[in-house]
Amino acid sequence: MTLHSVINKRAPRLDAPAKATGRAKFIDDLSLPGLLYGAILQSPLPHARILNIDTSRAERLPGVRQVVTAEDAGQVPYGVSPARYDENLFCLDKVRYVGDEIAAVAATDLETALEAVSLIRVDYEELPAVFTPEEAMAEGAPQLHDRYPRNLCAEVHQEFGDVEAALKTCDLVRTDTFINKRQDAAFLEPNGCIANFDLQGYLTLYTSTQVPHYVQRTVAMVLGLPIGKVRVIKPYVGGGFGPKAAATPLELSACLLSLKTRKPVKMNYTREQVFLFSRARHQFKHTLTTGVKKDGTIVALANECYLEGGAYCSFGIATVYYAGSLLGAPYRLPNMKYDGYRVYTNKPACGAQRGHGGVAARAAWEQQLDAIAHELGMDPVEFRLKNSMEAGDVTCNELYTSSFGMKECIEAAARGSNWKEKKGKMPKGKGIGVACGFFVSGAGYPIYRSDTYHCTVTIRLSEDGGTAHVYTAAAEIGQGSDTAMAMIAAEALGVPLEAVRLSSGDTEYGIDLGAYSSRTTLMTGHATKEAAENVKAQVLEVLSDELRVPLGEMDIRDGYVEFKRGPVDFTALRTRYIKEHRGWTDNPEDDRLTFREAARMAYLARGTIVGTGKYKPGELGGKFKGATVGTSPAYGPSAQVVEVTVDEETGKITVDRMTDAHDCGKAINVTSVEGQMQGSLSMGLGEALFEEVKFDDKGRILNANLSEYKIPTALDMPNVKTLIVESNEPNGPFGAKEVGEGAIMPTIPAILNAVYDATGVLIQELPLTPERVYMALKKKREGK
Amino acid sequence: MKKLIELTVNGRRCEAAVEPNRTLVDFLRHDLGLTGTKKGCDAGDCGTCTVIMDGRPVNSCLVLAVTAHGKEITTIEGLETDEGLHPLQEAFVQHGAVQCGFCTPGMILSAKSLLERNPNPDELEIRTALSGNLCRCTGYQKIVEAVLSVGQGGRHGG
Repeated sequence: MTLHSVINKRAPRLDAPAKATGRAKFIDDLSLPGLLYGAILQSPLPHARILNIDTSRAERLPGVRQVVTAEDAGQVPYGVSPARYDENLFCLDKVRYVGDEIAAVAATDLETALEAVSLIRVDYEELPAVFTPEEAMAEGAPQLHDRYPRNLCAEVHQEFGDVEAALKTCDLVRTDTFINKRQDAAFLEPNGCIANFDLQGYLTLYTSTQVPHYVQRTVAMVLGLPIGKVRVIKPYVGGGFGPKAAATPLELSACLLSLKTRKPVKMNYTREQVFLFSRARHQFKHTLTTGVKKDGTIVALANECYLEGGAYCSFGIATVYYAGSLLGAPYRLPNMKYDGYRVYTNKPACGAQRGHGGVAARAAWEQQLDAIAHELGMDPVEFRLKNSMEAGDVTCNELYTSSFGMKECIEAAARGSNWKEKKGKMPKGKGIGVACGFFVSGAGYPIYRSDTYHCTVTIRLSEDGGTAHVYTAAAEIGQGSDTAMAMIAAEALGVPLEAVRLSSGDTEYGIDLGAYSSRTTLMTGHATKEAAENVKAQVLEVLSDELRVPLGEMDIRDGYVEFKRGPVDFTALRTRYIKEHRGWTDNPEDDRLTFREAARMAYLARGTIVGTGKYKPGELGGKFKGATVGTSPAYGPSAQVVEVTVDEETGKITVDRMTDAHDCGKAINVTSVEGQMQGSLSMGLGEALFEEVKFDDKGRILNANLSEYKIPTALDMPNVKTLIVESNEPNGPFGAKEVGEGAIMPTIPAILNAVYDATGVLIQELPLTPERVYMALKKKREGK
Repeated sequence: MKKLIELTVNGRRCEAAVEPNRTLVDFLRHDLGLTGTKKGCDAGDCGTCTVIMDGRPVNSCLVLAVTAHGKEITTIEGLETDEGLHPLQEAFVQHGAVQCGFCTPGMILSAKSLLERNPNPDELEIRTALSGNLCRCTGYQKIVEAVLSVGQGGRHGG
């Protein structure tokens, strides 16, 4: 088994009993005395100039306390990336998508707030709108933002090696075009928040977010408050998956309304508004040209991508970089060229979603690699093994892999699925496919340019020495970070998990950049480990003085002090502890010195024992433009094998079996690692088979609900064979790294490749609806 | 014009005056403070507001509070006893069936209702019974395993 006492095991999550009993409080479960309710007026038009806003009728409605528009909001531009602050709290002069925010109201109850919103009169001058990148980039097309001609939000041009020359040396060159569809994250808890501006001038925002830190900064910046006056508290959050990784107009509106009214203000998005706000997966159109030698060596890749971005940038700059930078790995690829374009359209803004920027690219390329393997007459597993990177490899765009169990993952997935027995021998209508994945284990740099620590953690011992209280601003959003951090703290301090209490998700507890880019286990894990080691060192220092035992001859493990050079007489210390502890019935009787006694002595000697930890990665990546996007202290490779049944009569695809192997470094909580893998595969299956946000020709979403926007149900998901392939990541705490997003990478292409295996048809557009599959099969039958 | 209703919630009789358009989910959450029942879509699509009404699981966002008059309602808060967690709650905790937890109350109540009708369901029966409860985090596998373990009388671990 393992050398560890707490980590690398299965632990029930700390928050599970509260969640299973309904006691856990999510944002909409909270209330404050004197609460006002807010509502937002959103644009019904995709593109229009605002001629006039008349709020007088709304203001006169009994029960209305405040109406705000752009005039009241300070007009400070904001967004995600400082290079593209292209949003304002409420539209200034025009609306850019159906759902753009124009005004907000606070009233004594929600019904009044909604009625007031309906009484605001806006005069528009309709403008022509663009809905596709092609329309948006066309000569003379209507412009969304004056600063970005041709509606080009961001473009990237990178070349590593010499792709054109390399392609000339190849035996086989293939070009394919692939397109996915806009996705919705479909977290089950709609966004909500309560802002409370108190009479001492402090603003506290309770909000359903992945990133309390960035929300705090954005709120402070937009409303002109010092950061120290703004506190963001994240209650339990019902999933995020990316779109909750930045400040929302909902949060900013609630804060502004609370500032104006000096009352707490509650605001929620409805499910429809969650779809309208969006910020989920972009639509990517990739054209990939790959060249290989006849022995299967991959030599060069040219990647061109157009991202349909919606009306604002959101995470878009990072997204357009990620769609290029994460693609070469996990294969040894010496030549790579990328041309990416993110284009504004009059639709809700897209942003980050699980597997940020890389999911569609991965699907496109892994599908193309299967077609190439087929043309070469190579087994797709052998083909991938042949090209796979290993630990210590550096990609041509200067990403360094310090641990990298890629080959081990491919082998594990192949073995676990009986690939060899099945490939080429599947009955009619059935197919088997493989694909690989690659993802960062925490973004190497913060979203705003800064030397900030990515996380700071504090651990405080209770004065009796019995409890170590971990304070972290990290965001538990369902992924299990609270439990993982408590396990890391317990392991590093040398106490049982039950002796650790954890508080998280509050900007008062420290700095933490939040739950995105699969960063928490590695980064917050480091800071937690350092804080625990710091506490332990303080306790041992005091003990060393008291017992006159050199520091190096003691350690703490499983709640006891270990003396490496044989027994030490600690009778005097115990007697003192018991005197201090008079009246209690739980005095230590063991013949071993407990951590609790040692920690009490430390308190008596030094006052409250507080340990701190911090983390930021060292300098990472190359020096070229955009080199930071894709850097990470570690990378998680993964491989999946999927088996499908294709009904040739109806085009319906059933996913029968999924085998997933993931290198997460050292697993902290094994159950949670499996949970992340299974959840990733489920989201990938949805994107592959059903999910698509659809629009009418006026830019209105046709399926802004969870019945017509289909996510997988219990009947759609097969059981997944989860194979954890452990490596020992030198840059991770106890060797740990990511699993939260990397696991989604191979899912879509493995499904595509299984369909290809079953039918011989490459379907290069998602989702694989029965109609699309049926038409593709029909085309093949008719020899087109 | 408010209407007077009388119903039993988690074994306790209660009387309340409610607007005729008040949904059961809002009545439970706001009027009774039973916030364990979640509201994920308010349209009957997601299942997070599932409660048991007269022995059957219902989406409480699709039920008007006035139509719950005379009925018996069980919410997630009604499952814990003096002995501790309900076996299903314990199984969800032990099997890692809880991630963000927003679907969990509804999921547990759908499972409870299934086990009352069919104490020993197989995997497909469980998946069918839970197919109206969406979960975006878990991929359902550990939820199904948790329900299976209780269905088999906890023989395969609690």
